Amino acid sequence: MDLPEIRSHLGKFRVGIAGAGGLGSNCAVALARSGVGTLVICDFDIIEEPNLGRQYYFADQLGMMKTTALKENIARINPVIRVISHEKKLDSGSICEIFADCHVIVEAFDSSENKEMLIETVQMRMPGKPLVVGSGMAGWGRTRDIRFRKIDETLYVCGDESSEPAVNLPLMAPRVGMVANMQANTVIEILMEMNEPLSQEG
Amino acid sequence: MKILLNNREEEFASDTISVRELLELKKFSFRMRIIKINGVLILKDKYDSAIIHDGDNVQMIYLMSGG
Repeated sequence: MDLPEIRSHLGKFRVGIAGAGGLGSNCAVALARSGVGTLVICDFDIIEEPNLGRQYYFADQLGMMKTTALKENIARINPVIRVISHEKKLDSGSICEIFADCHVIVEAFDSSENKEMLIETVQMRMPGKPLVVGSGMAGWGRTRDIRFRKIDETLYVCGDESSEPAVNLPLMAPRVGMVANMQANTVIEILMEMNEPLSQEG
Repeated sequence: MKILLNNREEEFASDTISVRELLELKKFSFRMRIIKINGVLILKDKYDSAIIHDGDNVQMIYLMSGG
């Protein structure tokens, strides 16, 4: 497949992104640039000044809902991409509902408790649904520690799985962006192996 | 018995162990983790009752905050 064929293939799929912070915003932009047709993005936060250090937002978007700003930024990059946004805090019930039609789900939450809740929900209640998790990206350097693991056909992990943010080990754009883009790369790998959906209701 | 733990072979003296015993034997103290045995997710409240047998494939993911 050449690039136009790849983009045409990816254009037929729908990817869910749980969280629009450092992982979610950067992952969404990479998927939009690659031509993934529909992105379902869920976040309930507004953009604050420290977010600009690693998240795909701009200074003139401070105070906006992350979902609204991300939709705007993706439209500026690739207006063909459809962005469906949900402004709510996800729980196990709403996860199943919101991401039901997604071909792959990206875990892009901040807290490890929420990561656990999302993984357990998708694995227990959405059998067969591929989930791409980000875990461990704090600090700088240690490039070699960042890894990719395929657990099985439904569970993939990107990150160093060991570093947690702290005062002297903050989240910074390069490592967060690396993990976000590894997640996007994994989504594309999964979608390239999938048969095109028969008909996609917009 | 021999099991696969994150794709590495591990040997234990007993014939079976629970997930809780595995965590104690390996001194795994990470607070947040996901455990799958032969592709089946094991929830926290099943750590005592979920038994690992010879030849089982045990996968662990360590969950770190940040994103």
